[in-house]
Amino acid sequence: MQSIELAFSDWLIIALYFIFVLGIGLYLKRYTKNENDFFLAGRKNSSWVAGLAFLSANLGALELLGMTGNTFKYGMYVAHFYWIGAIPAMLFLGIYMMPFYYSAKIKSVPGYLKLRFDEKTRVLNGIAFAIMTLLVSGINLYAMALVLHTFLGWHWEVSMWISAATVAAYVTLSGLLSAIFTEIIQFFLIWFGLFLVSILGIIEIGSIGEIFKRVDELYRTVSYTTLWSTSADPSLNGMIITWGGIFLGLGFVLSFGYWTTDFLVVQRAFSARDLRTARMTPILASFFKMAVPFIVILTGLIAIVLANDSHSGYALLKDGGQVNYDSALPLLIARYYPPGLVGLGVTALLAGFMAGQAGNISAFNTVWTYDIYQSVLNKKATEEHLLWMGRVATVVGILISVGTAYWAKSFPSIMDYMQAIFSWVNAPLFATMLLGMFVWWITPSGAFWGLLAGMGSSFTLFLAVKFNWIEAHLITLSSVASDMAANFWRAWWAWLICFAVTILVSLFTKKKPSEELVGLVKGLTPKVSKEGVLWYRRPETYAIISLIVLIILNIYYW
Amino acid sequence: METGTTKMKPIWYFVGLMLAVMGLVVECSGLYRYFSPEHTRTVLANLHPEIWWGAIMIVAGVILLLVNRRATVD
Repeated sequence: MQSIELAFSDWLIIALYFIFVLGIGLYLKRYTKNENDFFLAGRKNSSWVAGLAFLSANLGALELLGMTGNTFKYGMYVAHFYWIGAIPAMLFLGIYMMPFYYSAKIKSVPGYLKLRFDEKTRVLNGIAFAIMTLLVSGINLYAMALVLHTFLGWHWEVSMWISAATVAAYVTLSGLLSAIFTEIIQFFLIWFGLFLVSILGIIEIGSIGEIFKRVDELYRTVSYTTLWSTSADPSLNGMIITWGGIFLGLGFVLSFGYWTTDFLVVQRAFSARDLRTARMTPILASFFKMAVPFIVILTGLIAIVLANDSHSGYALLKDGGQVNYDSALPLLIARYYPPGLVGLGVTALLAGFMAGQAGNISAFNTVWTYDIYQSVLNKKATEEHLLWMGRVATVVGILISVGTAYWAKSFPSIMDYMQAIFSWVNAPLFATMLLGMFVWWITPSGAFWGLLAGMGSSFTLFLAVKFNWIEAHLITLSSVASDMAANFWRAWWAWLICFAVTILVSLFTKKKPSEELVGLVKGLTPKVSKEGVLWYRRPETYAIISLIVLIILNIYYW
Repeated sequence: METGTTKMKPIWYFVGLMLAVMGLVVECSGLYRYFSPEHTRTVLANLHPEIWWGAIMIVAGVILLLVNRRATVD
């Protein structure tokens, strides 16, 4: 493919972005005085700041490219990732789980495991999270360099090192505060930089209704434009999955596992200034999450229509005969954006990559410093020393990510396993958290062995299907299934195994005294008082509105 | 967040600044091509999306700047 040419105005916008984020890092350094500022952004953020950062930490460029490409491949079922696969979990976090997280004044999710269970469960999850975060961070870095190389012709090592050094600079200077600031800037850049693609696509094709009509005409036996009506039979939908897999695997385990326990996103809510604000954080984010398909799903459907129109001149890239689905969005940018706007679109993708990198690194430096370094290696570390360690961990974490990116370059198929990596760590952790927060008699030994069994079984099932030790249909419960369906079902089994082992071991092992569990478990914790809080300021009100919008969207696109 | 005499500007101020500056670059680029037409190969180039989109960005940026020009956060 011929690279997208950049004009002077495009380079100027890209340069402005780098100047902005480095300038913000320098500006915020003077407000980063202690470890609380560095790791928790001073715990002074409003629900709007924490909420948009909560959403943006997840809204990376890899996701934008991948989900647009997935829509091209699987159709509108991909919207499940944004609606049933996100919103219920975000609302559950805000309404039911946040009071335990926030009131415990913990600095990380493994920190909760220590208070609720014991040190060994905390360290187990801390190590698993740190490895996962660096792995994902490195793969993201490699993906960014690959995208910039493929579409802009940039040297992959130069673009990787420049963006890694920039992220290292501003996160080292001001920690989570600068990560949150750049995430919010990324949010606006993504909407202003990419939503125009959807608008111009609609103008070119005629209307949203026309896009759906033309996609339906292309796929007469398999539905690419519905959400649920073809989910009873996997052969009738583009994702080759049943409603059970969507509901249990994505909607319940993977979604709740990610949105309620992954410290990368939950850390943003910890930075809120009080409990009400922390509870509002994921609820507010849920409204914006529901809007993301108007970029990714719509552009994916536009790409389907154009790629099947012989007069459009639009076709996805092919790598060695294989269709490169991730090229759908960049090729639409190249199709519609004149100079100036191309720079804005490229900057939106760059910002997505770099903010995602900063999010991973700020979560990693916190978990490393508190849950591994202070917990195991240096229990007597002072506050100043921990702040110093957080900055060192940032630089070392970035260097390990760069090393992982080089490894990913020599083993590119690792990128296919991103969803699988989440199912190894997050899916079983959700069972541990759910039982820990809502069942008082779950024991520390039960939690530890349950978590270990869940993580081990998820990894073993992955290897078993990968190397054909067992047939995939044994875990997907249907004769045909896509890789995506296998991910959903594996997450479900890992959750179930963790859930069952935790309960079983807890029945025979020593329980923690109930007085040690006050504020950590439902039933032993005073309820959040609503007295004196007007109805329109209550998180529950907004959660109900969000749920109603979700139901309407699902019925409308049924 | 008090640090001596300086208080922190809210993030919305920086978002406004960035949108206004980047919008201005997009707008100028669009106006340049409108008055000195080059051969633009993009689809729907006749709609000059960079001109109206750049204007929307400038307006959004200026509103955020004006609303937050004196705002500080604790």
